[in-house]
Amino acid sequence: MSVIELRNLTKRYGDTVAVRDVSLTVEAGEIFGIIGPNGAGKTTTVEMAAGLRRPDGGTVRVLGLDPRTDGRDLRREVGMQLQEAALPDKIRVGEAMRLYASFYPRPADWRELLDVLGLGEKQNTAFAKLSGGQKQRLSIALALIGNPRVAFLDELTTGLDPAARRETWDLIESVRNRGVTVVLVSHFMEEVDRLCDRIAIIEGGRVLAVDSPAGLIGAATAEQRIRFVPETPLPAGFLSDEPGVTVDASGRAVVVTGAGDLLFTVVSALASAGIRPRELRMDQTTLDDAFLTLTGRALDEN
Amino acid sequence: MRPITALTVSEGRLFLRDGLSVSMGLLFPSLLLVVLGSALPGFREADPDMGGLRPIDVYVPIVVAMALANIAITTLPTHLATHRERGVLRRMATTPAGPGPLLGAQLIVNVIAMLVSVGIAITLGVTVLGVPLPESVFAFAGVLLLATLAMFAIGLLLSAVTPTAKAASGAGMLVYFPMLFFAGVWTPGPTMPETVRRIAEFTPLGAASQALSDAWSGASVAPLSLAVMAGYAIAISLLAARLFRWS
Repeated sequence: MSVIELRNLTKRYGDTVAVRDVSLTVEAGEIFGIIGPNGAGKTTTVEMAAGLRRPDGGTVRVLGLDPRTDGRDLRREVGMQLQEAALPDKIRVGEAMRLYASFYPRPADWRELLDVLGLGEKQNTAFAKLSGGQKQRLSIALALIGNPRVAFLDELTTGLDPAARRETWDLIESVRNRGVTVVLVSHFMEEVDRLCDRIAIIEGGRVLAVDSPAGLIGAATAEQRIRFVPETPLPAGFLSDEPGVTVDASGRAVVVTGAGDLLFTVVSALASAGIRPRELRMDQTTLDDAFLTLTGRALDEN
Repeated sequence: MRPITALTVSEGRLFLRDGLSVSMGLLFPSLLLVVLGSALPGFREADPDMGGLRPIDVYVPIVVAMALANIAITTLPTHLATHRERGVLRRMATTPAGPGPLLGAQLIVNVIAMLVSVGIAITLGVTVLGVPLPESVFAFAGVLLLATLAMFAIGLLLSAVTPTAKAASGAGMLVYFPMLFFAGVWTPGPTMPETVRRIAEFTPLGAASQALSDAWSGASVAPLSLAVMAGYAIAISLLAARLFRWS
């Protein structure tokens, strides 16, 4: 079942087109990633999906509701963690949770939620006294306080140290395990690779590709490459009868390129020739490579 | 608890935790009144230039106007601008409650704070300084209500046009001191030069101060003062509503 359906969404700010003709479908129970460089239109897209911004064109359906006409009903079912939305400095964690719980018809147990998020001890701590990671976790807690069916998490781990980032990732998985559909906006490739069932790559306000991480990598990879140093010289015509495989044995290290199950092909040919490979290395295509192939630039170049 | 109730409790708590709001918004007008009344020698002696009244008697309605300005021009815009700057209004917009109740809660809390501040000032004036109670309590309350509408409209306009809390308090100070001047904080009652008084009649706090003084002393309140306050209340509210941004 589709939980979110975006059709031909367009949004302009003055002369700048922030989002052009974006169509996406998010299925129930998945963690859906939206990735792209800064200014790609990721946040605008999610804010339109959540009903915070009105699209100039196109339609939004979340849980079958149209944010334009059913905004209030929609906000009861949707939790949103906004980029750079803080709380007053002097509000205490428990007070904020109780306050936000009062906005929803059937809120979650806020004490339990704080415990799950590792903030159980911080109930009486003022917002300003929390660390960056704790503030983010409180922000997630507030996004989940209404027992939402869909959670939008925007740039959740930006500004967190690597340890806090990993903790947050575990947390997002546990949110999904509660049955919440998660839309995750990010510009960390590692993050979406690790968490997401499917990813949309957005650049310049357009969707360039939507697929699973493996699918994106696979589509971007025509060839794999294996390097090794043979202990004894290779026999003449090594792998020459394999279609689509080329062998470059001109240097100290041999480089084999090809598609398909290349590692198995190379290793079995070496085994039958009785040659041990040393320094064997396979160049693994990453999601970064896939992004580079699709957009023509690296994600961290912005 | 309904959202507006929960927010009012929460905003009230935050108001009381903010030292500047408590000192400027709740205590300063009373402090000024008590210091002037007890420290300045001539302030508690009948003055023939003031029709036999003591300067402190004339000063109480001025301090009431100041209490109103402190809340409407300094605390209200700063709190609202802080909420907007920090994304609290945006976060509210993601909840079923929406950002509206937060604005409502701010108005309620600030009106209560203003009434408390005015209440403390009047109580101290009457009990400690021996100032007589207002001649017409109803007229005084009516004028205070109208003055509150005008001044809060200006506070809302300030929070509408300022992007950050710093800008809000800066812009607030720019209008705050001239307003106090025209309200007669430095030239109470008959000591205000005639030209200044003429101008003051057309400023919101000047009109408020004169109307509050009239109601206090039992004189009939000048229709001009009421018209000026009503005019500001309506025109500035409309402008503020047009310009107010939630994010």
